[in-house]
Amino acid sequence: MIFFDNVTKSYPGGHRGLSEINLHVEPGEMVFLTGHSGAGKSTLLKLIGLLERSTRGQVRVGGRNLTRLKRSQIPFHRREVGMIFQDHRLLHDRTVFDNVAMPLVVAGVGHSETSRRVRAALDKVSLLTKEKAYPVTLSGGEQQRVGIARAVVSKPPVVLADEPTGNLDPDLSREIMGLFDQFNQVGVTLLIATHNLDLISTLNKRILTLDGGRLAQDTRAKGQGPVNTMRT
Amino acid sequence: MKREKRRKKSAHISRRRRLHLHVWLLRHLQVALSSLGRLARAPLSTLMTSAVIGISLALPAGLYLLLQNVQELSGSWDGAATISLFLHQETSAREAGELTRELGLRADISSVRLIDRDNALEEFQRFSGFSDALRALGGNPLPAVIVVEPTTDHSTPEAAESMLSALRALRPVELAQLDLQWVRRFHAITDIARRAIAVLATLLGLAVLLIVVNTIRLEIQNRHAEIEITKLIGGTNAFIRRPFLYAGLLYGLFGGILAWFLVVLGVGLLDPPVARLAGLYQSTFELSGMGLDASLILIGGSTLLGLGGSWVAVGRHLNEIEPS
Repeated sequence: MIFFDNVTKSYPGGHRGLSEINLHVEPGEMVFLTGHSGAGKSTLLKLIGLLERSTRGQVRVGGRNLTRLKRSQIPFHRREVGMIFQDHRLLHDRTVFDNVAMPLVVAGVGHSETSRRVRAALDKVSLLTKEKAYPVTLSGGEQQRVGIARAVVSKPPVVLADEPTGNLDPDLSREIMGLFDQFNQVGVTLLIATHNLDLISTLNKRILTLDGGRLAQDTRAKGQGPVNTMRT
Repeated sequence: MKREKRRKKSAHISRRRRLHLHVWLLRHLQVALSSLGRLARAPLSTLMTSAVIGISLALPAGLYLLLQNVQELSGSWDGAATISLFLHQETSAREAGELTRELGLRADISSVRLIDRDNALEEFQRFSGFSDALRALGGNPLPAVIVVEPTTDHSTPEAAESMLSALRALRPVELAQLDLQWVRRFHAITDIARRAIAVLATLLGLAVLLIVVNTIRLEIQNRHAEIEITKLIGGTNAFIRRPFLYAGLLYGLFGGILAWFLVVLGVGLLDPPVARLAGLYQSTFELSGMGLDASLILIGGSTLLGLGGSWVAVGRHLNEIEPS
């Protein structure tokens, strides 16, 4: 589903975000991405969501070669990739319902279909009762769940999460990870950047460790085959 | 059979296309209404922006209307290449009548009118208010006048000039006068005024454009977060652009309507005194207001300026916002 072929991302001034990354994530996989701050976790996710482009090498998502994707095609790529952020990125002048509905409005989904799917997504994250509330009246965990509902409402095949539990206590973090696991059960490919090692070590999932922009370790979940990062 | 299939297929396509159009129109209507709602939620700033646009456009529109009226007033002088022939005092009424008849037969003259000495005196007494002075003079000091109007073909300044010199040579004519010079001067002045108004309208139109550019630029800045998030979740540039374009268009529309209203108000205020002044000159002249054409041009032009301004602002500033 997600291929990185010898991908390097360097920034003006010579700083390297990522160096020669080779990576293959299968459809329906749930993968954690760890490493120190500045190891390149966010950069890797940004390359997949086309918030940035690689300097060298090729990134492919769902058969699309992102290196060659035209600017005008970027919005349509992003509709296939749900993104979740540590700071939620909700619009505070809109209700929970309107926030979650945004991807569907943007994609031109009809009115009744939109409300049906928004309610389904809110139900999934147990926030159906808060649909008319404004984000500021919600707790941090609830706001993060609104962000998650927005990322999955249009049923994208790939969901990226950048430190989704960064500001949450252990119980809430576990709850959020449980949600991700549920999405994974229905076939969504997930890539989650986190440095909450204690939590992910209990989940038996594949873990990629980045160090200084290089892929330092690729630990498969127990009971699965050996890693082949060179597969293209 | 094949044709039947093709017909069905094309009917299907056209139905789908119609559905597409329907959805597209519905989307646009939604965006237009939501832009309208956004403007209505900030009535004061909307009103101020529209007022600036309205006043900027009312000024050239009002001046243009004024010029239009002046030209309408002078329109009756356009064929005013009349030649007045003042006859010698000693010319008898019979001679004057004969000359009038002769002139009336010429092909290049459309009408001739004789004002004999008695009529001239009477007219002068009636309109000038110098009747007492005239009575003190004893006799009638006024000459007979023949007013000659050339045909349209001979009304051009050059033809009228040459006719003037021909008529001046006639024996009973003491003085021949072509009432054209001042009409030409007047036309030259209105030409300058028209040019000046066009320059003013261009400058103020540009000002309106810049006002809208700036307003929309601020709006884009205010909605920075919203634009960024919309781009993150796959909003196309066209989708993001649309509400701003509608906002600019609505500013232009409101400004245009306001300008129209100001001009109509101005005409309403000027009409009674103008009618009074016209009455003093025995004229039934009436100020003409904004016609349908001019109104549509004013409001439509203003709307286009608004749309153009927001297009410029959106083109310049929307690409600067990229999610990170």
